[in-house]
Amino acid sequence: MKRIELKIPQQYSSLIGLLLLGVLLSVLSPSFLSLSNLMNVLNQVSLNGLVAIGMTFVILSGGIDLSVGSVLALSGAVLAALLKSGVPDVLAMLIALVLGTVMGLLNGAFISRFNLQPFIVSMAFMTMFRGATFVFTQGRPITGLGDVGLFVASGRGDVFGVPWSGIILLIGFVATAFVLNRTVFGKGIYAIGGNAEAARLSGLPVKRLRASVYAISGFFAALASIILTSRLDSAQPLAGQGYELDAIAAVVLGGTSLSGGRGYMVGTIIGAFIIGILNNGLNLLEVSSFYQQIVKGAVILLAVLLDRRK
Amino acid sequence: MKLEMSGIWKSFGPVQVLKNMQLQVLPGEIHALVGENGAGKSTLMKILGGVIQKDSGEIRIDDKPVEINKVRDAEKLGIAIIHQELSVIPDMTISENIFLGNELRTSLGLIDEKSMNQRVTEVLSKLGLEVNPKERCRKLGVGQLQLVEIAKALIHRAQLIVMDEPTSALTDHEIDRLFGIIRSLKQEGVSFVYISHRLEELFAICDRLTVLRDGEYIGTADVKDLSFNQVISMMVGREIGDRFPKKTNHPGETILEVQHLSRSGKFDNITFNLRKGEILGIAGLMGAGRTELVRALFGAEPADSGEIKLKGKVVTIGSPKEAMNLGFGLVTEDRKLEGLFLDFKLDFNIMAANFESLSSHGILHKQKITPYVQSLIQSLRVKTSSIYETAKNLSGGNQQKVVVAKWLGRKPEILILDEPTRGVDVGAKREIYEIMNDLASKGVSIIMVSSELPEIVGMSDRVLVLRLGHQAGILESDITQENIMSLATGV
Repeated sequence: MKRIELKIPQQYSSLIGLLLLGVLLSVLSPSFLSLSNLMNVLNQVSLNGLVAIGMTFVILSGGIDLSVGSVLALSGAVLAALLKSGVPDVLAMLIALVLGTVMGLLNGAFISRFNLQPFIVSMAFMTMFRGATFVFTQGRPITGLGDVGLFVASGRGDVFGVPWSGIILLIGFVATAFVLNRTVFGKGIYAIGGNAEAARLSGLPVKRLRASVYAISGFFAALASIILTSRLDSAQPLAGQGYELDAIAAVVLGGTSLSGGRGYMVGTIIGAFIIGILNNGLNLLEVSSFYQQIVKGAVILLAVLLDRRK
Repeated sequence: MKLEMSGIWKSFGPVQVLKNMQLQVLPGEIHALVGENGAGKSTLMKILGGVIQKDSGEIRIDDKPVEINKVRDAEKLGIAIIHQELSVIPDMTISENIFLGNELRTSLGLIDEKSMNQRVTEVLSKLGLEVNPKERCRKLGVGQLQLVEIAKALIHRAQLIVMDEPTSALTDHEIDRLFGIIRSLKQEGVSFVYISHRLEELFAICDRLTVLRDGEYIGTADVKDLSFNQVISMMVGREIGDRFPKKTNHPGETILEVQHLSRSGKFDNITFNLRKGEILGIAGLMGAGRTELVRALFGAEPADSGEIKLKGKVVTIGSPKEAMNLGFGLVTEDRKLEGLFLDFKLDFNIMAANFESLSSHGILHKQKITPYVQSLIQSLRVKTSSIYETAKNLSGGNQQKVVVAKWLGRKPEILILDEPTRGVDVGAKREIYEIMNDLASKGVSIIMVSSELPEIVGMSDRVLVLRLGHQAGILESDITQENIMSLATGV
């Protein structure tokens, strides 16, 4: 006797939500489906999407990273300062990526080495990195970066109308989805999120895996900082504030469990698009930004309610 | 209290879990409720405790029909249920836990801690537990917590106490004390429903027993009229023959030599060896250091000093990974907490210890995984609808086989099994024994830690007995329960 399963697999339920939202907005607002608007959405989504990719690794491992916004601000500020002092753009961007990775690794090292709560450790580093950004920028934006090749392209350029930022997001997504699904490293991350002790007793390098997810999160925050700095043609000391919450929201909307071990990268990307399209649509419909927050919060609540498991 | 449950039906969705079930417990009786996992014991007890509601049927207490719709109803009727997983809140004190939700109050309506502590002290000392009622429960051992639960039942004037696997984590000494308390409460007219997988205990303490199978009532009888094998065949519905399969292994040359192995505060100066194709039992009371010893061999919590020689060569084992590379595997004591990824599918659970052979340069070979998992599941006869079933949906016995499968995939030379049949029903136990025998006769060396003496006696070629972290002796012949116990207790 076999019951017919009517439950929609998790990774599709968020996709259906995204499609419904798209259909709804294209009916309500004729300009929603225009190519330029869609590319605009892609551009908007890329920042949160990249941060959320890194966040997915952390949350799958059973942790949380609140420091991403500050990591983004500090690596963006360093990037801007390097560019301003004439360092070649490719080198400056590489340095920013390395810096972001190292900042993430600091989180990870404290969390895994001393067995501390990820929430508290990353909150402490969030505060410290933000402070460091203020010290470094003296509280003022860094502007006048000059028009240099690849750096400019990352945030402002496009290929046949497709923004580079969107392409970077796509590459990041494909690469990380592959890592999570098809590599021993990826399975190890699921394993420590599912049952860290069983993972350890199965011979997996639990501490190293745990530290590495924060490094990955830092890397993606720094990648987002390059795009943001390029787009604004400046580094702002307050950049990235609240990004951690948008990223966590995207991950959760995508069906990844906050307790770790269960989730998909494709869900995160869909989650990021749900948030991006919602913002975009509400703007097109000229809904006040005050109401937008209420709607966004309600959507997240609705999503977790629908996703509730028995 | 006299309890009669009759004609009880219960279904969960399309699954009929109780069919015309009945149970009768007399005043001052210790009544055993037995059956394999899934027979309906816990469902029946949940109905009695008001945790779930029956679909139909009648419950009578002292010949009066009663309705039990919620937990509060059962409590008011004097029914207390002590679950296997004890339900205390670790950071609250003993008396706070006992009076949780029923706090005594002063005339001002404030919590009357003084009277609460006084009541608890009285009852605990009656149970022979001398602890401060203001102690946090976190500090108590499992045996003490069990007594706290009984104290709670007594303070709430329970006349019927249901105990679900009360002894699974107790030492023999604590079990004796528990049995003493149960017997003296029985003298005062308190009735007990006693659920345990350890059939020996039922014969030791129970008056009558009721057997359930597949949600149906099979029968009730006086314990003294039954033999061990009769009970088992009532439970499984067929003769399962001998409890332990015939041994077929032939131990060969020495493969592992452990010398003066110590870990501070856990075990001290342990020396033994293990032969190829041998089953070495490790026996001892709770707290003797058995689990700690085998976890040190596996590198989970490494030893401080001593020497381990594998095939004549000295090796160091500092982590599970190093042990695995030397050919060790460990089936842990608690499969849910340490062995399985409960929310993950079987394929993941089975390949989790063997990613390296299923991948190259860190990339998994998808096409290798399915046949790898399939063949292990088939060879261990894991009952599952597919390799994509979630581990937590399997029965205890099948879960245990999955953990064994995880290690067999690595073709270990030395397989350590810590309590291999804990929480596994009778039929599946026999299958696990057969798997162990089969492995040993193929040359795998097995170290088995077990608290069940019949299992140690029935399966081991030799037995290492530990007592309080020290080596009490190694039995090469005359392996009997009596000899093991006298080494384990030092009497």
